[in-house]
Amino acid sequence: MPEGVLCNKNKVNTLEQLQALLADKSGKQYYQEMNNLDVDSKALWDLVQKTCKSRTRTWLEICTHCGLCAESCFYYLSNHRDPTQVPSYKIQSTLGEIVRRKGKVDNAFMQMAMDTAFSKCTCCTRCGVYCPMGIDMGVMFSYLRGLLFSQGFTPWEMKIGTGMHRIYRAQMDVTTEDWVETCSWMAEENADEWPGLEIPVDKENADILYTVNAREPKHYPEDIAQAAILFHVAGENWTVPSEGWEETSLAMFAGDWEACKMQVEGVYGAMAKLKPKRMVVTECGHAYRATVIEGPYWAGRTSGKPPVDSFHYVEWVAEALRSGKLKIDPAKKIKEPVTYQDSCNYIRNAGLWDSARYIMSQIAEDFREMTPSREHNFCCGGGGGLNGIGRYREQRNIGLKVKRDQILATGAKLVVAPCHNCWDAIRDLEEVYEIGIRWSFLKPLLINMIEVPAGMRGEE
Amino acid sequence: MYEFVTGPLAWLAFIVFFVGIVVKLVLYIRGLDWKLDRVTYSVNTSYGVRGALRSIGFWLMPYGTQSYRNNPGFTLALFVMHIGLILTPIFLLGHNILLAERWGVSLPSLPEGATDVLTVCVIAAALVLLLRRIALPEVRIITTAYDVLLLAIAVAPFVSGLLAHYAHDNGQLWTIVHVLCGEVFLVAIPLTKLSHFVLFFATRAQLGMDYGIKRGGMKSKGIAW
Repeated sequence: MPEGVLCNKNKVNTLEQLQALLADKSGKQYYQEMNNLDVDSKALWDLVQKTCKSRTRTWLEICTHCGLCAESCFYYLSNHRDPTQVPSYKIQSTLGEIVRRKGKVDNAFMQMAMDTAFSKCTCCTRCGVYCPMGIDMGVMFSYLRGLLFSQGFTPWEMKIGTGMHRIYRAQMDVTTEDWVETCSWMAEENADEWPGLEIPVDKENADILYTVNAREPKHYPEDIAQAAILFHVAGENWTVPSEGWEETSLAMFAGDWEACKMQVEGVYGAMAKLKPKRMVVTECGHAYRATVIEGPYWAGRTSGKPPVDSFHYVEWVAEALRSGKLKIDPAKKIKEPVTYQDSCNYIRNAGLWDSARYIMSQIAEDFREMTPSREHNFCCGGGGGLNGIGRYREQRNIGLKVKRDQILATGAKLVVAPCHNCWDAIRDLEEVYEIGIRWSFLKPLLINMIEVPAGMRGEE
Repeated sequence: MYEFVTGPLAWLAFIVFFVGIVVKLVLYIRGLDWKLDRVTYSVNTSYGVRGALRSIGFWLMPYGTQSYRNNPGFTLALFVMHIGLILTPIFLLGHNILLAERWGVSLPSLPEGATDVLTVCVIAAALVLLLRRIALPEVRIITTAYDVLLLAIAVAPFVSGLLAHYAHDNGQLWTIVHVLCGEVFLVAIPLTKLSHFVLFFATRAQLGMDYGIKRGGMKSKGIAW
């Protein structure tokens, strides 16, 4: 059977396909079918020839095999320094082999490559910072995921995720109606406590276009309410788009390059339609990376930038604190030791470490850095889509040990994690290892800390 | 024989070396693709140049990066070997005497004692790197025979050079072997991954531009390599 009913080279573009995949509990049938999936070596090699140019080829060719990347990788460290976890080894034995064999690889090889690309690398790109030659294996693994996806070798959840983006323009089945209703529900829900609170939808020429992670309307609507309250207190002229509100991209994790483009074009379309002065993204790392850092390239924007200046939530918070739009009540600052989880996607891969430090200096009395931190941080352990993939849960949990030990070494019991993936990974870390920590986004902390101008807050 | 290896064969080796590294560099740059690499190489150029220079500069500096500082022994061997590989052949008295004889021009020379020390250091550093390859499991797993061959190609001119200088064989055997080793090394640079002689600068510049333009260089002081 060359192509399965669920596991195949087709893209998920219809609701029927998506529902069939969702009905296959844990991807049982999907992975069974994967065992029989044929590799179209010619198509694979054609794609390599079209997309693997001098940057990537040179990376593969001039690796001097010095092994300095080993210690940079949290998987290598958390797996008792297993040599098969050395980044250079992992990429050479997968992508390197595909290129050397000119695409002539078999099913078993592709499954090994998929397992490696998803359960031994979160594309955190830390190894690239430790390689003397400047070889970024995280970027190459991200590329490898694209090659694998084109042949149908992608984890079940990733196939579903790309289908969601293709059908809903969101990583979850949240429709435009669901989203707009959630916004008005949250505004109403908090209207008594915050008279005049609005979540303006599709307001043109606003100062800020606010965009989110689909998990927020789907599972954590209070996050949207908190964002609205903070904008309200800061006196911002803001809006959300009815369409193009979702910033995340499971398509990026999966390597579905076509869906990556479709997804960001929706957001850029909202920018064109509503003409905001700038955009602010919620507390999500990969959402920011996908839409602000990588997205312009998928959309073919020669400037390398989104249509309007775009900011991560930590940038907005830092700016609001600096300008006095938000003021922290000194008595309500965090007194206990607290640490900060640097998300790979907006810290190492977008340079926002100073904003994060400024915020912590304003809200915490005993801020403790992890070691290492900032652009040298370790991945939380759940990046690159790994949190959501059942097949690799065990490997994910082993990987969490590095973050666990980093947090323990700070002595802090509270971890500020303004990134959905990091937040999830740290929650799961506590569930698995029970080290007695709490974790939080910035918004709920800020809401309890800000000085609210007299008369702004109504009866609770 | 001596005339041949230091004449036409040397010319051939130098031509392959110089043309080869230029071709390598040109092909690399021509193969860069702003859309596939997701770096706007020709937009926001000042950030790109800054990122490239930082990326090259820090990694050319001994212990200039976190990775070097985490691996002090390796870094020492790495820099000793590379400094010796570059300085010794250029400033060796014997080479400059030969240049003066053939072309009537020469470069300044280091004292012979200094080049002897450099030569021994290159050999010792290469030995350390070789032993490291065998001893450390994380390096052993990625080491291939090709890596060892390249190390041998790089060190052979130094071993044979010492022998040529101190063996006093009348038949010039070691001198001829030394010249041949040097020529193999020159030719191998563009044709093998010793091409990092020039591609190191290219790949470092590329990643530096990536970080300088796209990954935070426009919103920070630049990544702390």
